[in-house]
Amino acid sequence: MTEPRFMRVGETSRPVIRLAIDGDPVEALAGDTLMTAILTRRGQLRMSEFGDGARAGFCLMGACQDCWVRLGDRRRLRACTTFAAEGMEVLTGAEEGIDAP
Amino acid sequence: MRPETVIIVGAGPAGIRAAMVLAEHGIRPVVLDEAPMSGGQIFRRQPQGFTRSYAKLYGYEARRAEALHTAFDALGPRIDYRPGALVWNVEGRRLQVLRDGVNETLAFDRLLFATGAMDRVIPFPGWTTPGVYTLGGAQVALKHQACAIGRRVVFFGSSPLLPLVALQYAAAGVAVAGVFDTTPRRAKIAALPGVLAGGTTGLKGLSYLARLALKGIRYHHGITPVAAIGDRTVTGFAYLDAGGRQHETACDAVAFGYGIKSEWQLADLAGCRFAFDADTHQWRVETDAEGRSSVEGIYLAGDGARIAGADVAAETGERAARAILADTGGPDQGAALSTIARRLARHAGLRQAIDRAFPFPAHLAREIPDDCILCRCEAVRAGEFRAAIAALGPDEVNRAKAFSRVGMGRCQGRVCGPAAAEILATELGRPVSEAGRLRSQPPVKPIPIAAFQESKGDAA
Repeated sequence: MTEPRFMRVGETSRPVIRLAIDGDPVEALAGDTLMTAILTRRGQLRMSEFGDGARAGFCLMGACQDCWVRLGDRRRLRACTTFAAEGMEVLTGAEEGIDAP
Repeated sequence: MRPETVIIVGAGPAGIRAAMVLAEHGIRPVVLDEAPMSGGQIFRRQPQGFTRSYAKLYGYEARRAEALHTAFDALGPRIDYRPGALVWNVEGRRLQVLRDGVNETLAFDRLLFATGAMDRVIPFPGWTTPGVYTLGGAQVALKHQACAIGRRVVFFGSSPLLPLVALQYAAAGVAVAGVFDTTPRRAKIAALPGVLAGGTTGLKGLSYLARLALKGIRYHHGITPVAAIGDRTVTGFAYLDAGGRQHETACDAVAFGYGIKSEWQLADLAGCRFAFDADTHQWRVETDAEGRSSVEGIYLAGDGARIAGADVAAETGERAARAILADTGGPDQGAALSTIARRLARHAGLRQAIDRAFPFPAHLAREIPDDCILCRCEAVRAGEFRAAIAALGPDEVNRAKAFSRVGMGRCQGRVCGPAAAEILATELGRPVSEAGRLRSQPPVKPIPIAAFQESKGDAA
């Protein structure tokens, strides 16, 4: 696992929320998108379905569709436009037989 | 006579101004916006619970951003505002809208698309490596999430966003490894008189360069991107300088872009006629001088109609709203429309200068190496695209898409489309305006099938 990708530059006194990423319990801040919650912990967001490696999002405005993750109930979500919420169980691709980043 | 239902799609500067004008005239438009909060991209709001001031978030544009947000909030019940609404199809006089996981069919009499724009990119080796983002994306991370995309960031491309976003990162305390503009210095100098004549807006742009210099950040001209280096994460940026010598700059993130491109997929589904816009080097929806499309009752405004920035977007939003008023038997809008036309004329010179200062470097698309990924949705390489063209002989982009899958992924070619068209045009030996335009498909963005279980029994 590589170093966290995103670096917080402010707004760090927001309330803490807890969620799980691929089963790992993590803390995030209220108002974080799923992308922020994941990339302040990890270097990558998901694996490409086409075998060319890891991805970490691209456009951050819901256009490129390169940040899809899943919830435990198998709902698919765009990580850049979905806010993280207490208790979410986020899966980044491991459940499809694709290696988690 | 009053219109029965006016729907505005998009709540950025264009959609907001249009909603204000309609509301002033007693029309209560439905405003559908995909985002959870109004403002659009350039004046995107931070989530609830964030506390940074307008000055900190928007810099020179703080007052404008605050005025826009305040004006929209003041509309209250005078508009039917529906945030979080993804319009995914247009069929005749009906929109298909997904909101809170439920699909709904909305009928309209008049429809204004104020759908905005996204970054325009040209693939380069390594652009799918974690750590490479669009310039707009890098800005969203900062503005909307108070996050930087890395600790030491390279900014490159040809875009008014380039000096702006680099400066915003520097001001936030992030190390800027360098700013690399693909446009030669002589083109910038040639555009200078037009920028200076553009008044305060032009001067603001120039001041970004001065402020970068004051912070000791170098602005390189006339570079050619070579690659984002790194396997699982970006570790450097390789480029050719204006003299053709290769260099490498260490960084852990890269933000790049070549201006922005209109989001016109819905207007396409509605059957609006398109034209190729030579100044911005991209397709746009044809409109008359007041924002009417070729389809009766459908209007366009803002960057979704033609790339020109937030100030112009607000003006064209008002213009389209007044056209709607005029077309529905409202009071004569001639005087107001003339005033808008005069204000827009003042913007036109600056706009042209900006297009010249940050031109789209089409040659970079033509020169994408064969082993570079062209379509990031499905990891199709440029060489595979060229081979499909050579083997099967498509004469326009939709055939080329069928033969190669380039443009068939989840983004529908929003990201790779411009570069794919340049490559095809090169192979065909034609100008890109004669390589065709990728057709849009419903749903314009992926939607869950589950939405339709909820909508069962809706009157269609």
